[in-house]
Amino acid sequence: MIRFILIQNRAGKTRLAKWYMQFDDDEKQKLIEEVHAVVTVRDAKHTNFVEFRNFKIIYRRYAGLYFCICVDVNDNNLAYLEAIHNFVEVLNEYFHNVCELDLVFNFYKVTVVDEMFLAGEIRETSQTKVLKQLLMLQSLE
Amino acid sequence: MPAVSKGDGMRGLAVFISDIRNCKSKEAEIKRINKELANIRSKFKGDKALDGYSKKKYVCKLLFIFLLGHDIDFGHMEAVNLLSSNKYTEKQIGYLFISVLVNSNSELIRLINNAIKNDLASRNPTFMCLALHCIANVGSREMGEAFAADIPRILVAGDSMDSVKQSAALCLLRLYKASPDLVPMGEWTARVVHLLNDQHMGVVTAAVSLITCLCKKNPDDFKTCVSLAVSRLSRIVSSASTDLQDYTYYFVPAPWLSVKLLRLLQCYPPPEDAAVKGRLVECLETVLNKAQEPPKSKKVQHSNAKNAILFETISLIIHYDSEPNLLVRACNQLGQFLQHRETNLRYLALESMCTLASSEFSHEAVKTHIDTVINALKTERDVSVRQRAADLLYAMCDRSNAKQIVSEMLRYLETADYAIREEIVLKVAILAEKYAVDYSWYVDTILNLIRIAGDYVSEEVWYRVLQIVTNRDDVQGYAAKTVFEALQAPACHENMVKVGGYILGEFGNLIAGDPRSSPPVQFSLLHSKFHLCSVATRALLLSTYIKFINLFPETKATIQGVLRAGSQLRNADVELQQRAVEYLTLSSVASTDVLATVLEEMPPFPERESSILAKLKRKKGPGAGSALDDSRRDPSSHDINGGVEPTPSTVSTPSPSADLLGLRAAPPPAAPPAPSGAGNLLVDVFSDSPAAQPGLGPSPEEAFLSPGPEDIGPPIPEADELLNKFVCRNNGVLFENQLLQIGVKSEFRQNLGRMYLFYGNKTSVQFQNFSPTVVHPGDLQTQLAVQTKRVASQVDGGAQVQQVLNIECLRDFLTPPLLSVRFRYGGAPQSLTLKLPVTINKFFQPTEMAAQDFFQRWKQLSLPQQEAQKIFKANHPMDAEVTKAKLLGFGSALLDNVDPNPENFVGAGIIQTKALQVGCLLRLEPNAQAQVQWSEERGEGMQSVGGQAPQPVCGTLSRQQQQQPPWPQLQRHQPPSCAWLLSPQHQVAGSGYLGPVDGLFCFLLWLPWL
Repeated sequence: MIRFILIQNRAGKTRLAKWYMQFDDDEKQKLIEEVHAVVTVRDAKHTNFVEFRNFKIIYRRYAGLYFCICVDVNDNNLAYLEAIHNFVEVLNEYFHNVCELDLVFNFYKVTVVDEMFLAGEIRETSQTKVLKQLLMLQSLE
Repeated sequence: MPAVSKGDGMRGLAVFISDIRNCKSKEAEIKRINKELANIRSKFKGDKALDGYSKKKYVCKLLFIFLLGHDIDFGHMEAVNLLSSNKYTEKQIGYLFISVLVNSNSELIRLINNAIKNDLASRNPTFMCLALHCIANVGSREMGEAFAADIPRILVAGDSMDSVKQSAALCLLRLYKASPDLVPMGEWTARVVHLLNDQHMGVVTAAVSLITCLCKKNPDDFKTCVSLAVSRLSRIVSSASTDLQDYTYYFVPAPWLSVKLLRLLQCYPPPEDAAVKGRLVECLETVLNKAQEPPKSKKVQHSNAKNAILFETISLIIHYDSEPNLLVRACNQLGQFLQHRETNLRYLALESMCTLASSEFSHEAVKTHIDTVINALKTERDVSVRQRAADLLYAMCDRSNAKQIVSEMLRYLETADYAIREEIVLKVAILAEKYAVDYSWYVDTILNLIRIAGDYVSEEVWYRVLQIVTNRDDVQGYAAKTVFEALQAPACHENMVKVGGYILGEFGNLIAGDPRSSPPVQFSLLHSKFHLCSVATRALLLSTYIKFINLFPETKATIQGVLRAGSQLRNADVELQQRAVEYLTLSSVASTDVLATVLEEMPPFPERESSILAKLKRKKGPGAGSALDDSRRDPSSHDINGGVEPTPSTVSTPSPSADLLGLRAAPPPAAPPAPSGAGNLLVDVFSDSPAAQPGLGPSPEEAFLSPGPEDIGPPIPEADELLNKFVCRNNGVLFENQLLQIGVKSEFRQNLGRMYLFYGNKTSVQFQNFSPTVVHPGDLQTQLAVQTKRVASQVDGGAQVQQVLNIECLRDFLTPPLLSVRFRYGGAPQSLTLKLPVTINKFFQPTEMAAQDFFQRWKQLSLPQQEAQKIFKANHPMDAEVTKAKLLGFGSALLDNVDPNPENFVGAGIIQTKALQVGCLLRLEPNAQAQVQWSEERGEGMQSVGGQAPQPVCGTLSRQQQQQPPWPQLQRHQPPSCAWLLSPQHQVAGSGYLGPVDGLFCFLLWLPWL
């Protein structure tokens, strides 16, 4: 299962964090820093997977943003790697060429994540269905 | 498509965010935030009622401030108000705030739960989903209590919308993981399984996750999911159908759902139904076939999605481990990936092949890729890929390729990343030992290890080479020659000096015939390293020197000179000083015979699991060593120590003779702690605990786990009650809560006991850092020796691990040891302290005795300290049979026809401790009218001194019958005095000390080694 999802920029600023385990605030801060430290040192020739404590991080970099998913060691790497991309494509469609600032100013729209991931599991994978739902919500007052 | 504009809908919020971003300094940011907080506070406090929009905006600002890392202490109420708004956007912000800033304020929780309840009942799918997401995101026990019963209903209701079902399934999953006890299985389980047939693929996607989790705990209830999953998978895999349109990702139909279904199937053995199995095998073959087809797109997304399914398919094939054809095909497929240009694929192929290597069907096929893997080890840029390559080499190693693999790993070690050197060293050491055909190769390999990566050669590794050399006389001469040569290098690693010192001290005589390695040459070679070494190594070398005096009498004068030198005799380090003093005295006063006995060659080490393997397992978690466990495919494999007879210490029933070394006893308290010179060092070899306890763990992989009592919490309140259940019986469930069950099985004989603890993970989540330890509070350390074997640090969901405890009662004791269990469950640390059910009566052995004997002894035991008497009220109706069973369970023999009054119970037995045996006589006189029992117990063999040791036996028994503590006292027998043989004051004792002294075997045979 997914333990947490983090979107960070290269400077280590968190743009989105979703936790599927109970962590206290200090622990979260520590995790955020550790993830930043292990992910940013890797180059493009490296794998998209890093061992991390008792888990592993599947990550992908899009421009200046790192999308990281922390999962159990025996989870399927490629499935989560593409889950990241699927999510990014939804964001891109939803925000119309998403950029970091969209995430800053629309931080309260993290419901996008809940449509696709819930309780540490993949909830919905169809981009069409997710976007339809998001637009419907958008139209609600 | 109308894209979302920046911060649309809430201009004030967007302005605030911009302001914050424009702040040039932290101070400016804080100033701006404080201004905003003051503003919001005044709005919330103001007389004018805020409209929903403003409330939403301010709550949102508060949330933003919180996410910047500032504390928020107000606004919760306003957020809760938003929950009951009819407007989606307001409700959504309210839920978001609640999810992020959950407050355990009970007043609010009630209001929040109320709002959630309303939304769940609203029949508005949007609101229902918001409420379900909130429950899933918070996942607290309180929420579980409030809603666990409602959610299954929503999930299986015929009229629930698809999106609601999706959310309900995962919401239930979260609650189940958090508090499994709150989610009762019910008639809904069958309907949940049938969600696999749902028309909506999103519902299936969510439901598979739920079912996968539930079925781990109740495989039988969910068994029908196998055939449903197979048919669903089959439809996807073979589909070109248009209904997958929305779920096709870069030309791959439903990749995530396929992966999830394949993972669900891994919860079960291969299907028994031939039709289902046939269909499944067909699916697996289709996936393997598709991997060979040309890609439908050049995009990496296409190949990733396709390969995600492929790797999961291979996992399932490995899980079944029953289809040789598929296993070999899987291996060939992975072989292609080993040379793929995508690093990800090379990495995953190496990882996946590691598991294939342990299957007997594919082991040979994996081995054919050895050259590619070796190449990967040399050329991969990403250290994690190289590490996987090393893992795979380790996994594919067998007798046929061991030499090649070991030499490649050694070569790699010279340039290996620091992070993985130690692990490589361990692996090389294990492979070298495991597959050594001739032991000279083994010795060469280990010495090479020390040469190349001395800093990373842990104690376990060099201890092990010493054990093996000691146990194999065919390699001793070679070892001596090789270390002698290795030591001649101008700069050699300190570990080499240690190994060299030990081996030459034991077997230097085997090469002494050669004038190039004559005794004086050996000595001066070793001594040339002496001054550059650490204290521990110098201490070891001093022991080598005294051994030399025995091996080579001609070196005696030189060595005595060295020992006598001021730098030794007055060394600031006590350990070195003591050794110098003692060895010097020993060498001058002891006769040659005594010396020869004292300094005799070490006897073979008892055979046991390799300490290195144990270390690797600890490092990597369970299963890491499994690749090595190849007896299945390599029956001829013989252990390097094969020549050694198994010693009695490995037999399952403990017996006094199990303690071969006779050394496990703590030294008598009267003896000064000084004998550490020998005793402690011996312990060092075997014990992981840095504070060498005065006792000897009999095997390297065992350790005295003895954290100070301050490290563990107090026993749980019910610990005493749990303990009482076990006074008269040895097996049962010691403890149980929602997460963990601890079962006990134990047997005791004389003063020894063996206890099996079974730790069952009742959840579906793996426990991490699982570490049960046994702690001896107070003086218990000197009264009871408990050795524990380490257990795996991870306990899978639903799994049970077993821990074996070897217990030896050294002297009478009152308090039981504590068992401290710690682990992480879902990231949260858990700890638990229990009383281990070891009470003094476990070592109480029944003795038969005639009436006359009984009363004679009874009368002899007339001193007040020898008697404990107690009148107590029976807690239960007095039933003779029950009482008998209790007394027998307590450990005493019941003597019939002894007491003139047939109502009375009379018992006798001996409490066996290492230090002494205490006979105990017991009478129990029930008084049925008053429901009172009078129990009296007398202990023999006590000397009357002013000790304060309370009488434990009587206490334990009457506690069992009723709870009340005060008892008279039992005197401790002063244990036999075992003056340390080498302590200067006592001079050296002669052969008179050899042989057993009152249960303690003499220490002389075990002189200071290491």
